[in-house]
Amino acid sequence: MARAVTNQRKAINTAAAWAVGLLIFFPILWTILTSFKTEAQAISDPPVLFAFDWTLQNYSDVLDRSNYGRFLMNSIIIAGGSTILGLIIAIPAAWSMAFVPSKKTKDILLWMLSTKMLPAVGVLYPIYLIFIKLGLLDSRTGLIIVLMLMNLPIIVWMLYTYFKEIPGEILEAGRMDGAGLKDKILFILTPMAIPGIASTMLLNFILAWNEAFWTLNLTAAKAAPLTAFIASYSSPEGLFYAKLSAASTMAIAPILILGWFSQKQLVSGLTFGAVK
Amino acid sequence: MATQHSRSAARMMMAPAVILLLGWMLVPLIMTLYFSFKKYLPLRGGDLGWAGFDNYVRFVTSSAFWPSVQATLVIVGGTLLITVVFGVLLGILLNQPMWGQGVVRILVIAPFFVMPTVSALVWKNMFMDPVNGLFAHLWKFFGAQPVEWLSDASMFSIITIVSWQWLPFATLILLTAIQSLDGEQLEASEMDGAPVLKRFYYIILPHLSRAITIVILIETIFLLSIFAEIFVTTGGAFGSRTLTYLIFQRVLESQNVGLGSAGGVYAIILANIVAIFLMRIVGKNLDA
Repeated sequence: MARAVTNQRKAINTAAAWAVGLLIFFPILWTILTSFKTEAQAISDPPVLFAFDWTLQNYSDVLDRSNYGRFLMNSIIIAGGSTILGLIIAIPAAWSMAFVPSKKTKDILLWMLSTKMLPAVGVLYPIYLIFIKLGLLDSRTGLIIVLMLMNLPIIVWMLYTYFKEIPGEILEAGRMDGAGLKDKILFILTPMAIPGIASTMLLNFILAWNEAFWTLNLTAAKAAPLTAFIASYSSPEGLFYAKLSAASTMAIAPILILGWFSQKQLVSGLTFGAVK
Repeated sequence: MATQHSRSAARMMMAPAVILLLGWMLVPLIMTLYFSFKKYLPLRGGDLGWAGFDNYVRFVTSSAFWPSVQATLVIVGGTLLITVVFGVLLGILLNQPMWGQGVVRILVIAPFFVMPTVSALVWKNMFMDPVNGLFAHLWKFFGAQPVEWLSDASMFSIITIVSWQWLPFATLILLTAIQSLDGEQLEASEMDGAPVLKRFYYIILPHLSRAITIVILIETIFLLSIFAEIFVTTGGAFGSRTLTYLIFQRVLESQNVGLGSAGGVYAIILANIVAIFLMRIVGKNLDA
């Protein structure tokens, strides 16, 4: 029998894959649906899936009551700031490692990776103490720096992987033409490097947005991002499922959308290029 | 060819990243080592002098230590088992021809992008709550007594939450690896009449071994330090206090910095043992 895929087999695959996919996605779907219910409907027994009175009340409640905007701003500033700062520091480093490699390049790359393996809890108190001494506790600046340092190895690695794929001959040609180092970067490399830089930026923004060890331990009222805002819902206060869902939906929606764009880069980014 | 000039320029360009990471690694590490040899209680007298290896001994002899090691191993091991087994199966399934493959992929990957505090809270309240959770409704529907998931089955519950977060990662990497499998080889074996299980065992699994190793190593490093999932759900109660959580409690909750730092050193050593294996694989890949 030829290996032509019969429609029947394709239908079975489709049914199975969709069933599993929907099952895995269900908690997110359920959260989104619940965010449009009233609190009474949110806990009704038996639960309702779609047949409820859709309302936006929870969103306006969350926005009114909890200063959601401030947490959102903190998340954007901390995740965005640490990503941009990280790129500014990592781009020159990755560039030089990719185009002017030396015998030590591999060791430096591996050493950078090893700093990523340091468990955060092992250095919790020193960082905490340094933050108190420098007045960085509960400040956005402090978190930007810590998250930047935490993700710097990944940023360097991802950029290095992308830059490696830019053919070196182009640089040579530029040199022959008498282009200086600055010209080389500006006019030849930048356009070729932008896609790689963009996907690095995306993935690191996501990682920083979701980071929940330092953001929980180093912030209080002022600089707390959405991770901490959501954690504040963990105390039981009776009927609050619909509001919790609304707050959760707002916290994850931007990243879900960004994440879907970045799924191709995810594999090589998170495995440090070991799986492509 | 790199000139002397471009070499020194390259070094200059690398310097900020290297110096920053060196500081980020060494300063806290040295401080943790320093504190670990001190009797240091910030709220109860501060620095009370050198303690030798007391903290190290006390950390491992405290009654909380072995349960925390056990909790850590159960959570890491359980999550690895679930994510790798289901990751392989899902990877194979997603690689089959079907309609709407792109959409299914998106559905499967989505949990990875949910922030840990959100996934922990959603599971805790909307699924595992013994009164209003969906599981409770489901159990009642079948006439069973709802389970107090987070207190009576705390480890199972946490493993479920963490596995849900990490299954997409495993699936995505294993799917990528499966896609690079030589289709002709599979076809040939199919023609030869090799049964499905044999094909899986002799062709697919060996091909995936490297990707599986990488998934295991990377997940282990992240799972050893999961925090928010426990912080939000059980707060370390009901036998779910992992090594990471125990150290967090010693350092920030009971402010016994010396003892916590000694625990931190243990955690660093543990993570490094795993890291060495991962670095070997990644390093090999750099040469290729």
